[in-house]
Amino acid sequence: MKTMRIVNVAVGGQGNLLASNLLGQAALDSGVPVVVSEIHGMAQRGGVVESAIILGGARSPVVADGEADIIVSFEPVETMRILNKANRDTLVLTNTRPLPPFTVAIGAAPYPDTTEALKVVGRKVGKLIAFDGQDLAEQAENPLSLNMVMLGALFATGELAVPVKSIKKMIRQNTKKRFVPSNIKAFDLGYKAALAA
Amino acid sequence: MDKLLTTSGGRQQLLLGNEAIVRGALEAGVAFVTCYPGTPSSEVPDTFYRLRKQNPGATRYYFEYSTNEKVALECAAGAAVAGLRTMCTMKHVGVNVAADPLMTLAYVGVNAGMVILTADDPSLFSSQNEQDNRYYARLSGLPLLEPVGPAELKEVTKYAFSLSEELGLPVLMRTTTRVNHAREPVPFQRLPKTKTQGKFEKAPFQYVTVPAVSRNLHLKLLAAQKQALAISEKSDLNKIFGSGKLGVITSGVSVNYVLDAVDDLGAKKKIKVLKLGFSWPLPEKKIARFLKSVDKVLVVEEGEPIVEEAVNAIANRCGAKCDIGGKQMWKFPPVSVDVERPKFLSRAFEYNPRMVREVMAKYFGLKQQAPRPVSLKGIPDLPGRPPNLCAGCPHRATFYAVKEVVGPDAIHPTDIGCYTLGLLPPISMADFLICMGSSVSSSGGLSFATGKKTVSFIGDSTFFHSGLTGLVNAVHNNHDFTLVILDNGTTAMTGHQPNPGVDTEALGDPTTHIDIEQVVRGLGVQHVTTIKPFKVRSAMAAIQKAVDFKGVSVIISQELCPLYARRVAPKTKRPFAVNPNKCKGHLDCIQKVACPAMFLDDQGKAQINPLQCIGCALCAQICPENAILPVKAKA
Ligand SMILES: Cc1ncc(C[n+]2csc(CCOP(=O)(O)OP(=O)(O)O)c2C)c(N)n1
Ligand code: SF4
Repeated sequence: MKTMRIVNVAVGGQGNLLASNLLGQAALDSGVPVVVSEIHGMAQRGGVVESAIILGGARSPVVADGEADIIVSFEPVETMRILNKANRDTLVLTNTRPLPPFTVAIGAAPYPDTTEALKVVGRKVGKLIAFDGQDLAEQAENPLSLNMVMLGALFATGELAVPVKSIKKMIRQNTKKRFVPSNIKAFDLGYKAALAA
Repeated sequence: MDKLLTTSGGRQQLLLGNEAIVRGALEAGVAFVTCYPGTPSSEVPDTFYRLRKQNPGATRYYFEYSTNEKVALECAAGAAVAGLRTMCTMKHVGVNVAADPLMTLAYVGVNAGMVILTADDPSLFSSQNEQDNRYYARLSGLPLLEPVGPAELKEVTKYAFSLSEELGLPVLMRTTTRVNHAREPVPFQRLPKTKTQGKFEKAPFQYVTVPAVSRNLHLKLLAAQKQALAISEKSDLNKIFGSGKLGVITSGVSVNYVLDAVDDLGAKKKIKVLKLGFSWPLPEKKIARFLKSVDKVLVVEEGEPIVEEAVNAIANRCGAKCDIGGKQMWKFPPVSVDVERPKFLSRAFEYNPRMVREVMAKYFGLKQQAPRPVSLKGIPDLPGRPPNLCAGCPHRATFYAVKEVVGPDAIHPTDIGCYTLGLLPPISMADFLICMGSSVSSSGGLSFATGKKTVSFIGDSTFFHSGLTGLVNAVHNNHDFTLVILDNGTTAMTGHQPNPGVDTEALGDPTTHIDIEQVVRGLGVQHVTTIKPFKVRSAMAAIQKAVDFKGVSVIISQELCPLYARRVAPKTKRPFAVNPNKCKGHLDCIQKVACPAMFLDDQGKAQINPLQCIGCALCAQICPENAILPVKAKA
């Protein structure tokens, strides 16, 4: 089985670790070798949360610079910050809705023009799929379901050996009952958005 | 029932490394667990705590959050010498705190399996240093196991208990952040019956370490080490992969990087790998045979060149002629370490698969095809995303009040916890920190040497961990400073664990609540005041009196961490909003306290995000125009 190295990056509170864990569970469920790793130094306090999911049998729990096959980013500035993990074949999926860091909110630093910058990113990597995932989460009537939207988009790439059936099963089993319908809806909206992009 | 408590075996579960440790201990029938939390070890005790609480009927072990690592180890030692299988967990720097009992417990030994977890943190993801605790095995003479990932962690934890019993010694298990925080499928075995009743047979000439006793005990320890060496020589944890005339010797998480590199370089028939999982005592004979069977060998280990130095010595003794690569300290001064593009392996920071592969390819003269990282040309400057105290954090209010009273010139020794974030502007109230408890003791030195006003900060958990003795010292020796104890009712930084000052009733736990003010008075401090930090004016008045006092004064700033409060005692206060008609744009609210709920609107005026504001009212008390008011309740 080909090794597939996926890096997820998000801001604390966006639900990145749950998404990575669900993908790991789905891989186990469908018999795909998997290692997941998390770095969440100061997540609760507004920092960046990065995780890696390695499918297909490699043992290393981290993805080095230039070696991500897929990057899934929940925030456009974080897409730029993680770009050192990409090479010219990397597939990058990104939410385009900014979540300005506090330094920007209080006027201590400018927030870059991410629409322009994402165009630059698109020319550097294999493929860029960019869409307003937060909008889709809101359409799913669960603003906290951006992580499900991004998971849906990741599955739409068709690059994973894990079937959609398994990830949906894990969403149903492992997210709060009350949120399952909106989570599934968010997943489907993300899936469609990535197919259309 | 939680999956970790599944009594039968057979299934695989996706577990975090730290959960795998818990499962391994349960499969070994652990009966007694102590700890002091600290990243990256915290999920181990937190999982033991949660399982015990949620399933009192199905868990037979005793668990406690101890006040510090020394206490945790001593408490565990008592249970282990009385015949209970015992585990004691801590982060790497915790072993420094526990080092005193550790060294002599190694002499005394244990009568049931005892496993000590040291969770190291290369690259300092959340630590004050990146010391390499493999040295502790050499210093104490205790055996050392180094699992490479969650599945092995579970097996090794379980094995460590029986190894400990075979040798009559505690066993050290060393992990690193990447091992603790990796997840992978872990096969389960069944859970045994747990023995929870111990027995202590008096034998003072074995257990009371007066010199005459310890002389014998040292010899006993040396004999046990010899036995450990024999086990290490035969252990499956010290295993050879692949074949060829090129060799790699490696341990810990690097084993994964090395084995992946061998695959990526297509070199399974060229490179053979000796993985050291039982890494102290080192299997000297196995290593000697390995060295004699290869032309070149590379030692890949994060941190200090401990194995590398030993391998060089073994090569000398056995007459192996192979070239030995690694960090080669004698050739490369440590200052020339280029972490990004290593010419050789670094002593600083963690490794990664690419770095290890590149060094291996270079050292062995193999071709590698690695994709290059994209260039970052044309990517704009990115605003940082530094961590910040949460909206409504009481530490922010205390910092504000102290600064308003003492101004920017006072010296602020600080300590470890969420409040260390007071380092960052605009608060900028952290001047000196070396370890837990250092705020209290270093204050005496700093205030004496400078004659400056000194106001130090310590959290409640840290105060009980290692602030008490420093405070007694300060009183006893007439130091002159003010200590602010930031009592947020929890150990916030590491995941909201209870501590002795916590009102555990809210948690439904049966332990007692130790009142910090009574403790401080009992230690002989003459000037003690408890303040409510969100009552800014009265807090400032109390702080003024405390700093005017000559000698040691203590302020206890009492307010629950709101993240914790949300869990144990949820109450909703109305958020605040800026009245744009009253706001004159001073921006004191933003510039003095930097609450993450605040932002600037298009007109450059302050605004409050109602989803983040928890209604602490600090900014409302700072605004000179009284422009910040609670949002009116919806009719
Ligand atoms: C010897 C040692 N043990 C453990 C840690 C990990 N650690 C860092 S801060 C902290 C506790 C912080 O709690 P508290 O002092 O109450 O401050 P809070 O985070 O609640 O503000 C711990 C356990 C450490 N740094 N050093
Ligand atoms: S977790 Fe609690 S103590 Fe830590 S910054 Fe947030 S509010 Fe403050």
